[in-house]
Amino acid sequence: MSERLADWTKGEQAIIYQTCGACGHVQYFHRAFCAACGVSDPREHRASGKGRVYATSLVCRAATPETRAHVPYNILLVDCAEGFRMMAHGENDLAIGDSVTASFRSFTGKLVPFFIKEK
Amino acid sequence: MSFITGTGLTSFGRHEGSSSLDLMSRAAQLALDDAGLKRAEIDGILCGYSTVSPHIMLATVFAEHFGIRPSYAHAVQVGGATGLAMTMLAHHLVEAGVCRNVLVVAGENRLTGQSRDASIQALAQVGHPDYEVPLGPTIPAYYGLVATRYMHEYGVTEEDLAAFAVLMRAHACTHPGAQFHDPISVADVMASKPVAMPLKLLDCCPVSDGGAAFVISRERTGEAGVRIRGCAQAHTHQHVTAAPALSELGAEISIARARQATGIAISDVRYAAIYDSFTITLAMLLEDLGLAGRGEAAARVQSGHFGRDGAMPLNTHGGLLSYGHCGVGGAMAHLAEAHLQMTGRAANRQVRDASIALLHGDGGVLSSHVSMFLERVR
Repeated sequence: MSERLADWTKGEQAIIYQTCGACGHVQYFHRAFCAACGVSDPREHRASGKGRVYATSLVCRAATPETRAHVPYNILLVDCAEGFRMMAHGENDLAIGDSVTASFRSFTGKLVPFFIKEK
Repeated sequence: MSFITGTGLTSFGRHEGSSSLDLMSRAAQLALDDAGLKRAEIDGILCGYSTVSPHIMLATVFAEHFGIRPSYAHAVQVGGATGLAMTMLAHHLVEAGVCRNVLVVAGENRLTGQSRDASIQALAQVGHPDYEVPLGPTIPAYYGLVATRYMHEYGVTEEDLAAFAVLMRAHACTHPGAQFHDPISVADVMASKPVAMPLKLLDCCPVSDGGAAFVISRERTGEAGVRIRGCAQAHTHQHVTAAPALSELGAEISIARARQATGIAISDVRYAAIYDSFTITLAMLLEDLGLAGRGEAAARVQSGHFGRDGAMPLNTHGGLLSYGHCGVGGAMAHLAEAHLQMTGRAANRQVRDASIALLHGDGGVLSSHVSMFLERVR
């Protein structure tokens, strides 16, 4: 099996996704196999960080002292240019359909993807 | 064939000093009494889970505590869809001849047994541990995402969503067991504290203590019979990041399967008991199930369609939004109320005709769905 590329969930400033060599399926959640056809060892790629806002929700009431320090923060679903959807943070005034680019910020001491509007 | 021979429902709200087992026991005794059955006649037990008192064998913990030695017992976990999923399983167990009388039970001291933060935090864990939870989402945020997209696609407004909270509160005001009895207006909902936009406090169900139980039997025990005509499930995803497009959500799949299994059409339905964790959940499910056209559910609320005297009475006990939400038992209250309506025992809440009821439960973030048709038989 090929080595797993580190991404933001491992503290690296990167968004990683997988494509299946057999059926072409694109997946964001890392697996040792393609969830569409079952073939093992899908290829890993670093995403461009470009995408479009699919949905937003501005969190105003957080559940832990660590997250409460950050309110309000905007949770997004972003449709990435490479054909997968991911959850991330972003600027508070983003709207559905906005073209966005990924950056990274610290949230509760961990690195998280933060999308900003493309100028 | 299977019948719902008894239901039991505690009041929801604060039950200071009651454990999850206490609340389960109280509801179970009410259901047994309603069915006219003794402990020894119960040969199957299905129970939900308690986030306050998790246990790997809750069904046998309960069975021992309550005093039953069943021939079939285990817990079921499908989030908010658990109550109907257990009822569906009980129906199949009875139909297959495995059990004669199955006790379906859930209860939780979710309000007084832990802090509200602990509840919110426990529930947020339905998110993906690596790709979602580190972002600090809450259950309202997962549904907030669904809401902004739905509103964007179908032109639904925050005021439209507020109408559902107002309706559920109006219904709760007529039920003595409901957690909330103060009427609210659309303006109150709009002015309530933001939680996860577009959802505000009054768009969200509360955290409650409470319990609910049913007995599902091979034979009727009372004069009025309520028969499970048929049911179906659909599970499309777990995490909202992996949810299908709004046009392919699970409620439409499960209702299509349930309609096919029973031959019942939506136009045959006289009473609706629909999961309502948030106003958006109720709006979407009503439209997914075909109880309203796309983007039209709110207008139907405003025209009185879903009121007690309307064409399609909906959650006449007040739903999760205002009767309350104690976990698995929360959505079981919908069935308990439907059963009262179908057997003509809903007192001041009684609707004209509840001969055929549609029930629908949703677990996760519109992840797991159970649709069920009940029919009154004489």
